[in-house]
Amino acid sequence: MGILEIQNVNKSFGGLKALQNVNLNIEEGTIHAIIGPNGAGKSTLLNCFVGKLMPDTGTVTFDGHSLLGKKPHEINQIGVSRVFQTPEIFSDLSVFENVMIPCFAKRDGAFELNALSRVQGQSDIRDKAEQMLIDVNMIDKRDMIASSMSRGDKRRLEMAMCLAQDPKLLLLDEPTAGMARADTNNTIELLAQIQDKRHITMAVIEHDMHVVFSLAQKISVLAQGTVIVEDLPENIKGHPKVQEAYLGTAH
Amino acid sequence: MLGLTKRDTGLFILVICVTALAPFIMNPFPADSAMAQFNAGYPDLMQRFVIFGIFAIGFNILFGLTGYLSFGHAAFLGAGSYAAVWMFKLLSYNILPAIVLSVIVAGLFSVIIGFISLRRSGIYFSILTLAFAQMSFAMAYSVLTPLTNGETGLQVYNDDPQWLKGNGPDATHFFGLEMRSTFDLDIGAWSFAFNVGYYFCAVLMLVAFYLSMRIFRSPFGLMLRAIKTNQTRLNYTGLNSRPYTLAAFVISGMYAGLAGGLMASMDPLAGAERMQWTASGEVVLMTILGGAGTLLGPLLGAGFIKYFENIFSKINESVLHGWFGFLPDGIENGLIWVAEHFVGSGWHLTLGLLFMLIVIFLPGGLMEGATRIRNRFGGDKNKKDTEGKYAPAGE
Repeated sequence: MGILEIQNVNKSFGGLKALQNVNLNIEEGTIHAIIGPNGAGKSTLLNCFVGKLMPDTGTVTFDGHSLLGKKPHEINQIGVSRVFQTPEIFSDLSVFENVMIPCFAKRDGAFELNALSRVQGQSDIRDKAEQMLIDVNMIDKRDMIASSMSRGDKRRLEMAMCLAQDPKLLLLDEPTAGMARADTNNTIELLAQIQDKRHITMAVIEHDMHVVFSLAQKISVLAQGTVIVEDLPENIKGHPKVQEAYLGTAH
Repeated sequence: MLGLTKRDTGLFILVICVTALAPFIMNPFPADSAMAQFNAGYPDLMQRFVIFGIFAIGFNILFGLTGYLSFGHAAFLGAGSYAAVWMFKLLSYNILPAIVLSVIVAGLFSVIIGFISLRRSGIYFSILTLAFAQMSFAMAYSVLTPLTNGETGLQVYNDDPQWLKGNGPDATHFFGLEMRSTFDLDIGAWSFAFNVGYYFCAVLMLVAFYLSMRIFRSPFGLMLRAIKTNQTRLNYTGLNSRPYTLAAFVISGMYAGLAGGLMASMDPLAGAERMQWTASGEVVLMTILGGAGTLLGPLLGAGFIKYFENIFSKINESVLHGWFGFLPDGIENGLIWVAEHFVGSGWHLTLGLLFMLIVIFLPGGLMEGATRIRNRFGGDKNKKDTEGKYAPAGE
């Protein structure tokens, strides 16, 4: 039994079949990478998990709940957090406020009209946010405005925000896209630490094979809208079908 | 104190002192001097300062925090005014039920408009609110005439029922305390007016200001600011932005209703022009001019605009002749010809120029100017305190 099960998902945009009969099973507690060449349907598939797109047919089940037709905030509330390709953070707010918001979301749910209590007085939220910043090594930046940080730090902050919710599944959409090598390695280290400490299930969509093979415990290869191979990392590298998908067939 | 931080308490006390002493502060010039026309300490204008202050404080909760720019807030002001005058017509001139009803009516009205308009954001939201306000304005003149008395405006007539009036006064009052009664204090050449209506509005303005401070510093306020900076992240953080924006919209609608009710309480009249788009635009100007998203900004903006509206529009040609009289005739007439376009009925030109200058050089409004001055003089209060402080309007 996987924590996230995708069965027979199809999605087309006009005449283009973006996903065809996709079946995917993500085991609890593992890091599962989804790779594939450009246009293979990776992002489309991810968007079907988070409520942004509705598959034409098929089912997406997370921890016993169907995710189809749910709104992004509802999906998040049942335990799926998402890291975006370009970090999505609250740029005008301070780093500390950025981390407090998911803590409030975790404690109070999707809506709470607490207009007369004080942010200052919420010691449980503040302690948790502080601990989170210590965990990702950002406590010295707590009063900075988020937009003024480097891209690597923004990524780190976004992860901290996702982790503050104690998600059951963390979706990462190219977490190292456009990063310098050093930042990429930092991110790999951070993800490995998170996995070590918290045993959160992660689904990573990634281009960078260095990242994929350093982290993933299982890899699914997507090409032209279908999963062509799903296997352990050591079996993927030399797999003929994978090479074919990436390099094309030799004629 | 009162659940505020030290700094906010200081700010609140400052606002209390300024409003309480306004009759003195607004009247710095002796009553008979040539400068007396710059005095703003007469009841009618001071009432407008605080009433529009309430309106702008409420508008700022929506626009300053969430960034949703409503162009139809005057509809709630107008609805509040009509509700208040109906209370005068049916019950009595006591303003308490009038104000309560005006807040309720504006609140209900804003639930409906907000529920529909908030399905869209950005420019589409602005257009929807504008459309609703213009629709209300047009309906007040046409099909709703039985409720609004059309072009004449709603007012109290002698044959109105006024069931609870009894022997009560014939003017708006708060349990017998008439709003129009004024105590004049003459000290030397100065004359100061203490008006009941002004102080009544001022107390409500202070309550409104206090509530807005609490909202700014609350988790709810934090969420509203999060909506302004990144709604996508908010949704993917498990928060539903729709009820947050609706709550902010309704709260600001109720503030507008309160302002409308107070306007009618000071002068028991309500006309449809209060709902016109220019009135909606005015509160947008006030908020931006003062500094959207700041606590004090909307109050400053409201005071600034109302002051210039009243003072500049009062200056006419003969006043100008008095000022420039010492110059040779040719130059005098030339100067007056130029100046008269900026005063009297041309005061909008002055306001427009001032608005342009402020938006270009101080995008954060008057509050940004104040912050810059304070920083220049070595105050480092703002630098450390990032909590509750953030970049002003405009990305």
